[in-house]
Amino acid sequence: MCGIAGIIYRNGNREHAVGHDMTAMLQSMKHRGPDSTGYALYGPATELIIMRYKLADANDPRDFEFAQRLEHNRADVEARLRALGAKIHGIEKETGYAYRLTFEYDGELKAITDVVEDVPHTEVLSLGHSLEIIKDLGDAEQVAEQYRLDGFIGTHAIGHVRMATESDVDISGAHPYWAYPFGDVAVVHNGQLTNYFQWKHRLERSGHRFQSECDSEVIAVYLAQKMGDGYSLEDAMRESLQELDGVFTYICVTGDALGVAKDEMAAKPLVLYEADDIVALASEEIAIRAIVDHEIETWDPYEGEVMVWTR
Amino acid sequence: MDALAGERMITYDARGLAEPDDTVLHVSELDGDRAVFDAKNLTTRQINLELRWLLYEEGVKDVTVLNPGAKHSLGVGILTRCRITFDGSLGYFGCGLIDGPEVQIKGRVGWSACENMMSGVVVIESNAGSLTGAAIRGGDLIVKGQVGARTGIDQKGGTIIVLGRAGSMTGFMMQRGRQIFCDDVGPGLGDSMYDGTIYVAGKVKSLGIDCVPGEWNVSDTELMERKFRIHGLGDPPEFQKFVCGKRLYNYDNLEPSERKLVL
Repeated sequence: MCGIAGIIYRNGNREHAVGHDMTAMLQSMKHRGPDSTGYALYGPATELIIMRYKLADANDPRDFEFAQRLEHNRADVEARLRALGAKIHGIEKETGYAYRLTFEYDGELKAITDVVEDVPHTEVLSLGHSLEIIKDLGDAEQVAEQYRLDGFIGTHAIGHVRMATESDVDISGAHPYWAYPFGDVAVVHNGQLTNYFQWKHRLERSGHRFQSECDSEVIAVYLAQKMGDGYSLEDAMRESLQELDGVFTYICVTGDALGVAKDEMAAKPLVLYEADDIVALASEEIAIRAIVDHEIETWDPYEGEVMVWTR
Repeated sequence: MDALAGERMITYDARGLAEPDDTVLHVSELDGDRAVFDAKNLTTRQINLELRWLLYEEGVKDVTVLNPGAKHSLGVGILTRCRITFDGSLGYFGCGLIDGPEVQIKGRVGWSACENMMSGVVVIESNAGSLTGAAIRGGDLIVKGQVGARTGIDQKGGTIIVLGRAGSMTGFMMQRGRQIFCDDVGPGLGDSMYDGTIYVAGKVKSLGIDCVPGEWNVSDTELMERKFRIHGLGDPPEFQKFVCGKRLYNYDNLEPSERKLVL
């Protein structure tokens, strides 16, 4: 079933407690997906590159050498980054297996990702100047507490509660998906794609990597590829309605915009609240009510609709 | 925030399912056969139990529920004549399986509102989600805002009136009853309908399979005038009528006795 949510503040780019708000939205939709919860949060843009990565999955078996191996791999990741010319500024250990790095680097993001992911079991969750993807098993409050998201200040965000249907219950299968190798692009999706394998193979042939068996990952890479070809976010999303088959509602975010697309059959729900200072959207109205405390007018977008808001 | 206040009290079992909580809280303020209660800090189940207690045991005829907060499955399965006012929005499956009540919802409703309603009147003052009035068998359902996709899917009776726009596949597989749309409708109107009538005052994006324009007659005019008068909706606009073309299915024209012979 899955539940998705998005929020973008529009009153002159002011920053808000977006981590706290997104947690409230996702927690109210826990019944739509109790397996895992994920966030794509956009903090204030910096000159540095922010990388979120994991060295293992939350439910990987903890064998005797587990901790030692993680420590070795972590040192390896940092050594490889330095070898590429990155100047590391900050290393934050979020959990035993998830890290947040900030560094100076002016080369290609693809090179960084490929080199880091060459370390066994390592996955880059997000890369960019403002995007941070946090995902783990459990409900929103558990993940928010584990990664201390309550104090996260930012401009916009998307989130996802997952009921696994297409692949395993693990972090790799959890949303949001970063659009490798394009910085600051992420997607959450509720639905099923039926021509997933065709697109996956097509995109793999043009050099993209896929980290999961989840159909939703293809949307992120598809959109990023289109934007790389010169499409605007909105045009890329319109094109996706023609080229992706299945039933879906997905939300795509970039450094300064948030867009939503609904398939031709309007088979997956979405409720929208649009005001001058905020746009909030979610699979269920109860999520929007969790962050807006006064009576509001909300509605369902129609089939085949694409809407984009900039902050 | 407030919308979550009640839901936070739900405890979950190992499968993540809400545990049944079957105590009536008796938080209503009663005044003769009227009652009002605030649903802000109540769970879905507590709200429905409070409603049942008021309507079935206390003989209350008019209930107002404050702050429903878009919670799901509120006002479901009420089988008595009464008046219920929801002072706010409902989530999914609001007022499903009802038989008799007159319900007013002052906000919006989510998907599958009034599913399988048997009789009564439901007035939704704002917008509604998809699958509104799915499989209804009787009564009047009035939506004053817009509705999502597949309104009145599998409808088997009753009347659905929508003042705003409607989405795709409206009236999909409807079998009886009437749907009245005062604004534009999306693609695939009346797709695979078996019977019943759809009236549209706005533009139809496209007709579904086997949905064809019908001939307007006196009873149609009478129906419009009556429904618009009863519900205080002003003068009815000019409608187009759509019915089933009866070409999609092999309608068996044999009499039951003849069928027996053939078999």
